[in-house]
Amino acid sequence: MIRTPALRRRLSFRRKTRKVILNAIGVIVALVTLFPILYMVSTSFKPSTEIFSLTPHLLPEHPTWSNYVQVINGSVIGIPYLDFLRNSLFVTLVAVVVSSLVALLAAIGLARFRFRLRSTYLIMLLIVQMLPQQGLVIALYLDFRSLNLLDSLTGLIILYIAFALPVTIWMLRNFVAAVPRDLEQAAAIDGAGPVRVFWNVLLPLVAPGLVTTSVFAFIFAWNEFVFAETFLGLDQPKYTLPIYVTYFFGKGAANWGDIMASSVLFTIPVMVFFLIVQRRLRSGMIAGAVKG
Amino acid sequence: MLGSQKRAGPPPASSPTVTANGQWRSPLPVRFLVGRKTRRLAAPYLLLLPSAALLILLLLWPTIQIGIYSFQNYGIPQVLGTMPTQWVGFANYSQIFSDPEFWSSLKISVVFAVIVVPLTLIVGTLVGLLLNALGRRMAAFVSTTALLAWAMPPVSASVLFVWLFDPDGGVVDWTLARIPSWLGGGAHWAGYNWTTSSAVPAYTIVLLLVVWQAFPFIAVSVLAGLKMIPSELGEAARVDGASPWRSFWSVTFPILKPIFMVLLLLSVIWDFGIFTQAYLVTGELGNRNEYNLGIYAYDKAFTTPPSYGLASAMALILTLVLLVISIWYVRANVKQGATA
Repeated sequence: MIRTPALRRRLSFRRKTRKVILNAIGVIVALVTLFPILYMVSTSFKPSTEIFSLTPHLLPEHPTWSNYVQVINGSVIGIPYLDFLRNSLFVTLVAVVVSSLVALLAAIGLARFRFRLRSTYLIMLLIVQMLPQQGLVIALYLDFRSLNLLDSLTGLIILYIAFALPVTIWMLRNFVAAVPRDLEQAAAIDGAGPVRVFWNVLLPLVAPGLVTTSVFAFIFAWNEFVFAETFLGLDQPKYTLPIYVTYFFGKGAANWGDIMASSVLFTIPVMVFFLIVQRRLRSGMIAGAVKG
Repeated sequence: MLGSQKRAGPPPASSPTVTANGQWRSPLPVRFLVGRKTRRLAAPYLLLLPSAALLILLLLWPTIQIGIYSFQNYGIPQVLGTMPTQWVGFANYSQIFSDPEFWSSLKISVVFAVIVVPLTLIVGTLVGLLLNALGRRMAAFVSTTALLAWAMPPVSASVLFVWLFDPDGGVVDWTLARIPSWLGGGAHWAGYNWTTSSAVPAYTIVLLLVVWQAFPFIAVSVLAGLKMIPSELGEAARVDGASPWRSFWSVTFPILKPIFMVLLLLSVIWDFGIFTQAYLVTGELGNRNEYNLGIYAYDKAFTTPPSYGLASAMALILTLVLLVISIWYVRANVKQGATA
C-alpha cells in the first residue's frame, strides 16, 4: 500500500476517531458499573424525608451523618455496630491466619514432593470447591448441633477455615512452585535445617503469594452469609456484619438510610483491601481460575 | 538473603569429615540418616494432613451424610431421639418428584443459568476486548471500577439492588415511569413491585446483579488471555482484510478457548447454584413461587416442621448436578496440566 500524505491523514483521522469512540465507551462502562456503588453511598447520607420522597435525587440535597450515627451507636438494633464489627473481625482474622498456615503446609507438600496420593488430593481439591454450600449447610447444621457449636463464633471459624482451603491451597501451590528450588538447596548445603530453610528462604519469597491468598480467604469469611444466617439464628449479639446488614431488610418498613449506611461500613474494608492488592490480585485471580 | 554467610559459629554440619583411619564419615549417626529418609517419605503426608482432615470432615463427610439422610425419614423427632430413624428407600425422592414446587424451582434454576451464563460471558468478553483496545490509563480506570463491583460483598450488592428497584422511592421505577412508552417505559412502572410479585421480575434483578458482579472477573481473565496472543496475529488478520468479527472468531477465540472453557464451567456452577443473592432479593423464605433449587432445599430443612430427609434428597440432587458439571471442569484442568 502506498501511503500518500492524504491517505496518511485519513488514516490518522480514523485512528483518532476510533480512540475517541473507544474512550467514550470506556467511560460509559465505568459509569454504569460505578453507579450502584455511588448511589449506595449517596443514599447513606440522605435524611429519611429525601429517601421516601417521590423524586429520587442522585445526590443528597441535605447530606446528614444521622444514618451513620444511628448505625454506630446501635439505636436501630439495640447493640452498637462496633460489637458486630468485632465479631466479624475476630471470625475473619482467625480464619484467615489459620487457613493460610494450613494451606501453606499443604502447598509446600504439593509443590515440593512427588507422592502417590498427590493427584488424588488435587482432584479432591477441585471437587470440594464445587460442593454447594446450601446443600452442605443441612448436614453441617445437624453435626454442629450435636457438637454444641451452633450459636457460636468458634463454629463459624472452623467452617470458614475449611471452606477457604481449596482455593487458597490451589493458588499457593503455584506461588511455592515458583520459588526456585536451588535457593533452598543452597541454604541446606550451608547447613540450614528444614525449619530454617522454611523461615529464612521459602517464607519471605512466598510472602507476596500469602498476601494474595489471604485476601481471598478474608473476602470469603468477611462476606459469608449462608452459614452465619443459619447457625447464629436469633442470637443477635453474635451476629456478624452480613447478618446485621440484612437484619432490617425485608422486615416491613425498611429504613434504607440505615441499611445503606451499615452496608457502606461493611463494604469499605473489602474495597480498601482490593485497591491495595489490586495488581497482584489480578494475576492471582487468573492463577486460581486458569492455570497461568 | 540466605544470611548463612554472615553467621559465625560451627562449620556446616553436613560437610563430611575424615576420620583418623582415612575413611569418610558422615558427621551424623547412621540412625539419623535412616530417620531422615523415612521422614522425607512421610513429609508430604504430614504436610497435607491438617488440610485433608479439615476438608474430609467438613466438606466430604457432610456430603456423604446428606446422601444417607436422603434415604431416611430424618426430622426433629429423629434428631431428638424420641422416634427411631428409619430407612425409607426412595420415598423422599418420589415425594420431591411429585411436588410441583420442585419442578417450578428446577425450571427457575435452569432458565436462570441458561440466560445469565451466556450474558455474563458476552458482556465480560466485550469489556475484556475493550480493555485490550484502550490506552493504559483508561484501561486501568475502567478495570478498577469493574473490580470494585466484583469486590462488593454479595450481601451488600443484593440489599443495594433491592433498594434501587424499591417500589417506594427506588430510582429504577422512577426512571422507567419517565421513559417514553415506545422505549418500554410509562406511568405503569411507578410503584412497580419487582421482588415479591412473581419470579420473572425478581430474577431480572438477580440477573442484573449477577452480571454486574461477575463480568469483571470474566473481563480480566479474558484480558490476561488476550495479552498472551502475539499482536502480529491480529495484524496479519487485519492486513488480510478480516473484519474484527471474523478475526475474533478465527484468531482470538481459538487461542482463548481453554480460558473460555473454564470460565463457562465456573459460571454454570455459580449461576445454577446461586443462593445468597436469590434468597435475599426474593425476600428470604416464604415466596414459594420464587424458589430456585437451593432455596427449595433450604426451605425444606429450615422451616418448621423441618424435614431433613427431604431437604437432603433435594441437596443431593443439586450437588450431583453440580458435580457432573465439575467433572468437566476437572477434566478441563487436567487437560491443561494443572494437576501435574
